[in-house]
Amino acid sequence: MRYLEAGKRHSVTFSLNGRAVEGEAEPRLLLSDFLRQTLGASGTHVGCEHGSCGACTVRIDGKAVRSCLLYAVQVEGRAVTTVEGLAGADGLNPLQAAMRKHHGLQCGFCTPGILMSLSQLYDEEPEADEARIRDVLSGHICRCTGYHGIVQAALDVFGRN
Amino acid sequence: MKPPAFEYLAATSLEQAVAALADDEAKVLAGGQSLVPMLNFRLLAPSILVDITRIPGLDFVEGDGDGGLRIGALTRHYTLETSALVQTDFPVLSAAMNHVAHLAIRNRGTIGGSLCHGDPAAELPGLALLLNAQLKTTQRTIAATDFFASALSTILAEDEILTEITLPALPPRTGWGFEEFARRSGDFALAAVGATVSLSGEEVSEARIVVIGAHDTPLRLSAAEALLTSRSGIAAAAKAAQDQVSPSDDLHGSADYRRHLVGVLTRRALTAAWQRAEGSAP
Repeated sequence: MRYLEAGKRHSVTFSLNGRAVEGEAEPRLLLSDFLRQTLGASGTHVGCEHGSCGACTVRIDGKAVRSCLLYAVQVEGRAVTTVEGLAGADGLNPLQAAMRKHHGLQCGFCTPGILMSLSQLYDEEPEADEARIRDVLSGHICRCTGYHGIVQAALDVFGRN
Repeated sequence: MKPPAFEYLAATSLEQAVAALADDEAKVLAGGQSLVPMLNFRLLAPSILVDITRIPGLDFVEGDGDGGLRIGALTRHYTLETSALVQTDFPVLSAAMNHVAHLAIRNRGTIGGSLCHGDPAAELPGLALLLNAQLKTTQRTIAATDFFASALSTILAEDEILTEITLPALPPRTGWGFEEFARRSGDFALAAVGATVSLSGEEVSEARIVVIGAHDTPLRLSAAEALLTSRSGIAAAAKAAQDQVSPSDDLHGSADYRRHLVGVLTRRALTAAWQRAEGSAP
């Protein structure tokens, strides 16, 4: 049992993109704000802050989740992956590269969240078809692309195997 | 958009969690996919959040050996949606889960949380009613028909925690249908209808119809169910369903529109259920 007092900062430790991180957070601090403001990991974007837009999506223990619907203290000891963790030593990962190639972004605000959801889908269902890809994308709001470029980018990668 | 200050307790046993709930401003935090938005909007200001997600043994989907199912309250929506056991024995549940919000919400939201939140437009409370679920808590076992009191309200006591949902086996030769209409994929239903039809010989041995989003709780439509004695009764049952609900107006749709939807969705759900029951549809 872990009890944390209100209005005071408490130590929070978890793994971020494979690296142990630590910071201090009040119980009410959202994970999205902890990532951006406490840890300086500003790749995760904050849109609606009530779970509707999908911009702040990160992965926790492999599963895509909204970081605005979680408190930082809840991820104690967990493994968090953000968009900063996608590229390898040799550059953009295939999904990221395909997004660039197919013009899957314009302003880029929604892109980090979309990449995190698509990366879970790719890990679990690399053969996903367009209908399934669109179903997953329905959890994300993009106001620039009309989604076409995003779907094309995903189909490029998901169809390779 | 920042939530008000609260104390936080990560319980590791049900006893700890129940003890913490003695504080009458306490709230249980499970997946948090409804609670946290409400806190972000400051619609709620609990003194303490009791996080139950680290309590072991509440995340499982198991057969009961008799064709029924036992589901731990902390099971995530995604787990239920993708469970092979659910797809085989309760395909209507898999189909309905696909309408619950989006991947990231289903990864995190819990079955118990959705039931205890009791949103009348949410799928799970309606499915619990349709499948005659029994809801086991730290104090007692409650039938789904008794569980939902009104919109966003259940009969649970302040210090009572839902731990397990059991679904009794469906009768042999049972077909199902689930039809939902929402403005956008993943939105709350403007209306949804779940139905099962069980056949015995040429006779209907049981028909169940539940409507979601058209009342302050999910609703079993017994008058409409009673009219379904043959396939030709589907139209009459759909009309009765439409007459039996009294939805309210809101900015997403008028009461008349919702009533119309209930009729159409009931007809479609019953037709699909009938076809599956007689084996003419997968």
